[in-house]
Order: sequence, then C-alpha cells, then structure tokens
Amino acid sequence: MSAVIKRFPVRLDTRRGTVDMTHGSGGRAMAQLIEELFVRHLDNNLLRQGNDQAMFPVDAGRMVMSTDGHVISPVFFPGGNIGSLSVHGTVNDVAMSGAKPLYLSAAFILEEGFPLADLERVVMGMAKAASAAGVPVVTGDTKVVEKGKGDGVFITTTGVGVVPEGVNISGNRAQAGDAILVSGTLGDHGVAIMSSRENLEFETSIESDSAALHTLVADMVNAVADIHCLRDPTRGGLATTLNELAHQSGVGMTLNEDAIPVNPAVTAACELLGLDPLYVANEGKLICVCDPGDADRLLQVMRVHPLGRDAARIGEVVEDAHGFVTLDTSFGGSRVIDWLAGEQLPRIC
Amino acid sequence: MKYVDEFRTRELATTLARAIAREADTGRQYNLMEFCGGHTHAIFRYGVQDLMPENLKFVHGPGCPVCVLPIGRIDNAIQLAEARRVILCTYGDMLRVPASGRKSLLKAKASGADVRMVYSTRDALKIARDNPDREVVFFAIGFETTTPPTAVAIKQARAEGLKNFSVFCNHVLTPAAIQNILESPEVRDIGTVSIDGFLGPSHVSSIIGSQPYEFFAEEFQKPVVIAGFEPLDVMQSALMLIRQINEGRHEVENEYTRVVTREGNRKAQALVAEVLELRRAFEWRGLGLVPYSALQIKSAFADYDAERRFDLPAIQASDVKGCECPSILRGVKKPTDCKLFGTVCTPENPMGSCMVSSEGACAAYWSYGRMRAPDRVAVKVESVA
Repeated sequence: MSAVIKRFPVRLDTRRGTVDMTHGSGGRAMAQLIEELFVRHLDNNLLRQGNDQAMFPVDAGRMVMSTDGHVISPVFFPGGNIGSLSVHGTVNDVAMSGAKPLYLSAAFILEEGFPLADLERVVMGMAKAASAAGVPVVTGDTKVVEKGKGDGVFITTTGVGVVPEGVNISGNRAQAGDAILVSGTLGDHGVAIMSSRENLEFETSIESDSAALHTLVADMVNAVADIHCLRDPTRGGLATTLNELAHQSGVGMTLNEDAIPVNPAVTAACELLGLDPLYVANEGKLICVCDPGDADRLLQVMRVHPLGRDAARIGEVVEDAHGFVTLDTSFGGSRVIDWLAGEQLPRIC
Repeated sequence: MKYVDEFRTRELATTLARAIAREADTGRQYNLMEFCGGHTHAIFRYGVQDLMPENLKFVHGPGCPVCVLPIGRIDNAIQLAEARRVILCTYGDMLRVPASGRKSLLKAKASGADVRMVYSTRDALKIARDNPDREVVFFAIGFETTTPPTAVAIKQARAEGLKNFSVFCNHVLTPAAIQNILESPEVRDIGTVSIDGFLGPSHVSSIIGSQPYEFFAEEFQKPVVIAGFEPLDVMQSALMLIRQINEGRHEVENEYTRVVTREGNRKAQALVAEVLELRRAFEWRGLGLVPYSALQIKSAFADYDAERRFDLPAIQASDVKGCECPSILRGVKKPTDCKLFGTVCTPENPMGSCMVSSEGACAAYWSYGRMRAPDRVAVKVESVA
C-alpha cells in the first residue's frame, strides 16, 4: 500500500467548477488552484521556487520595467483571450524601449462564480503566449472578489527587461524631418473585439493582431541602433499614439493617408459602425520614428519579419509649436488627426 | 473597398475641383448650406473645403440629430433613466450630450442609472424581452432616417405583446427646419446670413423623397440639390448648385439618384404614418419652437408612449452662458466665433451639443479643422499614461 497521502485528494473540478471566495482566502483551496491550474500550465524553474517572489541573477546595465492591467470584455475574442493579451501587452511595453524582455509577473483578480474551465483556458492562453515569446511568468498573485464586484477576470502583468548598450529610445526624441513608420495594418484588434461584443455581433474574418513584438524590435535595433521613438498604438489607435509622441517631443506630424495600411475588412467594419480605423486599438503593431536616412533600412528589416510584413512609411515629423498631427487625405484635402475624445461612439445617421 | 472607394477618388475630386473653379463666378460669393451633419462630417473628414475656390463657403446647418434636441428633453431622458426599474436605451452619440446641471446620460450611468447604448431599435426590443421585470424605454431621436425603425419597433412590441417596452419619441422633421431657417429674420431681412443654396439631406431624402423640398425652393427661390454623403457627392452637388445659381434657377435637383427618388420610400412613409403623427410644435435647440416639426406617438399606440406612461414634466432649460450653439445651428455664427470654443468647450468636456457629435459643427471644426486657425484655439496640454 502506498503511504503517500495526496495533498489534494479531490482534483480541482476544471470542467464544472467555479471560482469561489475560498480560492482567494489563502487556505488550502487557493493552494490547490495555484498548483493544479496556474503552476501546472505556466510551469518554469523560477515559478517552481514556490516563494512569494522569484529570485534571478541580473547582468550589469540598464533594465526597464512596465506594468499593464487587462480588463478586456469579452474575455475570449477572435485571435486570443485576456491571458494571451496580458502577456503580449506587457512584453510589448517593455520591448518599446528596445529592451529584451526577461520575466513577467501576473496578478489575477477573479470574480466569484467565474467558471474554472474559462479560467483554465485563459491561463493556457497565457502559458502559450509566454512560452512562444520566451518570457516566463515567474511570480503571481490571486485574489477573489464577490460576485458583481468584478467582470469575470482582470489580469495585471508586470515585465522586466534589459536594454542593449547604445539604444536610447524615448517618446521625446522625435525631431523635424524624422520618418514615421508603422509595422502593419491598423485596427484589426479593435474590430475583432467589437465583432464579438454581445450587442454587436457581426460576422467578420478579422482576428485580433495580438502578438509579442520583441523579436521584431530586436531585429530593428540590430539594424539601426539609434531609433528615436517606438510605441505600440493600443487604446486610441494610431491617432492618439502619434499625438502622444508629438506632444512629448514638442513637434508636429504630417501623415499621408494613402500610405497607411488598413485591412479592407477593417475599413468595411469601420464604415458600417461609423468608426475611424486610425482610432481603433491594435495589440500587435508598433510605430517607429527614426532618422529619414534609416527609414529604408528599417523597413527592409521589418518586412522580413512575419509581424512586419506590411510595414510602411506613413509620414514625417515637422516643426509645429501647436503639436498638430495632420493628414493629407487620399481625397486631396487635409485635416487634423486629433486625440481620441471619450470612447469612439457610432454615429447616428 | 468596393462601392465606397469609387466615391472618394482623388482623380475625380481633382476634375470636379477644376470644374468648380472654372464655373464659379469670381465676382460673387457662393454660400452653400449643408443641412446634414453627415455632410459637415464628410467636408471636414476628407478636406473638401481645401478643394473649393476662395469664394465658395459651406455654411453648416442644423442637421445633427443630437445637436438640435433641447436640453429639457435630455433632462427628461435622465429623469427616466434614474427612475426605479427603468432601463433607458439610446444611440451612442446621445450619451455625452450635456444636460442641465452639467449632467449627461453618461454621468447618470456612472451614478448607477441603467443606460444602454444600442445600435438599433431591435437591440432595445431584445433588452425588453430579456428583462421582463424591468421597464425598457427607448430614447428615440433623429430625423426621418431613424423614424421608420422606431415605428417598426412599436408595431413589433405590440405584435409580441411586450408590456415593458415604450418609446420616448423625439423624432424631428427636416423640411420644417429648413423652412424655419429660411423664414428667420437673419436670413430674410437682416441679411446676416446669406444662403445661396442648399445641399439637401441624403439619408433623410431616401425616406421622404425629393418632393418635399419643392415648395420652399419655389417659395424662397433657393436652389436645392439632394446630395449623397460621400465627398464626391458633396463636390458634384456643389457644382450643380453653382450652375443653378449662375443661371438664376431655383429648382430641386437630385445628385443622389442612386438612392433617392422623388417619391421616397413609400413603405417606410406608410409605417411612420400608421404609428406616428405630427406634433403641433416642438422646441429645437437653436431654432426655438417650430410648428409641425416633430412627431409623436398616435393615441392608438399610447401604451408604448413613454410620455404618457411616465410623468414627464415639460422642462424649460437654457444653454450654458456664452454657448453659441443656437446661432451656430442656424449658420449665423461659426464655431470659432464662440468664446467657449476650444477654451472650456472641447470634445472631452462639451458645454454645448455641437461639440458632442462628430456631426456637430464645433466638434468637426475642433477635431478636423482647427489647424486652419491655430492661434484661435488653445493647444491642449494633457498627458496620457
């Protein structure tokens, strides 16, 4: 007879079970959730240390750290889920400094009643994304809130990374004459999310572009160390991100509408909903501002990478004390590209 | 994108721009009022004004559905939303419109009122079906375009025996508003606004047809060209108006023939006539009380009329002091003539309704056109995390 007593005699019911308050109480139920769900899928040596923190050696040099909260609704969407998104979001925020991301932490806020099967899918999505990116989740936390006080699951991830020598990327470095590049088509993520929202439900083949961009960034930095700015145009889309950069650098920008890549299905969905693709969120795209002499070399490198296939040069930085981002329209006129005001709401007629 | 790109090509725009420049008489001014917010939006979004000669100006009219609703009616909607057991459904743009006491439906929602944004009246009906123990009120706004779906929803609710659905009806009528502008003293007597012709509504006309404009084209001797919402439609229509003006004609012409007929959509008209009837008068922001300019629910459908079902007081509320929305809606002033524009009133913090919708003249100026008068507007200094 075996003398080993199982720590948790009854396995966590990830088929029919739901999150309850005991899963956040610090007791045995929480330990079981961590072991049988989180550690099982996210497994790595540092997580296995089983401490309240992860310990790892660091090299001399500059590190970056970034944190990002994820509250997306719906939790599952075409092309990903909140778990994969929470990995990509933070990996990208770290990578936009030119850094190589090393480790992630993840804090889960679960709502009582959230199905364990859904939680497992989320954690598996997270594990797959982390493993594909080569950036492990090495420490985490779980809290449970009462029913009605959350929206299923919220995830906050934090990432650290190291910045290569000679790389100095910052939002305040755009200068007049610089070229503005974008790594691919715009608006895919936002449209994918909208298509799966309960009150919209339109059919589209568009999937979220959610992806980790750090290998693309590494290729770019290898080719041209002195990239001036990098930023991922997430909420508020290209328009809002460019306004941020223009404001931070004290410059203006002029874009060429013809050069901005947008998937025709995204254009169609936006047309239908009365939205502007330039304001729709992306989760796997980056904007790069660089010396005009470096633009062609960077585009070449980007287009070789699978996440930069549709990279394009979309405009240039200009002197402008007002910090306006303007667009030369395909139609032949011009207009301001403003910050996003409030949420993008559909037009009435 | 097929059937859209064709109406936005630069080559045709350039050709049209040349034709307009050639035919516009340099010895005179052409002030063309585009009635609809959809046209205002297209003019700004595509930069159509840049392609026009100096002596052609677009005057922005009152055709933005959220802009013309008086504050009192929005106050009523907020009262409804705050009532116990009520779910208030409405179209997105309506949520941010400022009401009395700096409230809005969005702020009411943040304080606990159940306000839902819907894309169609079908969504509102579904919410009513899914919540049988709640009162679901659809806050109906808009011109003739959004009216037939409201009529359909009321009929559908009756057919299904839905007891918890009602409509707060605020539908308004375009021809009455155009006539009111033409009759206003600024246009008629004082001559502060000279309007030489109208770009007629596009979606509205798909329902009512081009025939209803014939009366005032004749009566007021102003040419009307029914214009589509695409930028090439706007340019082509401008050219047609220039020709009419040059030749001293004042007819109703139809540029938007791919959608609009003289008679309009008879089926939709019949549906509306079955469920809704004319109001004796309705207050418009900017225009004041306009006789026979809005619709109400017929007494045969009284059960579905939120105004009869709930106790809604008529509220007389005034605009924020200094807000020029009323003058802007009549084309008497430009957004940049308003002291609040770009200083305290921005799309993030709208004081007047014209700053809310992307079809509102102020929002369009601010969002798309303010680089043309950069020193008039404050440069925004805000940081985004």
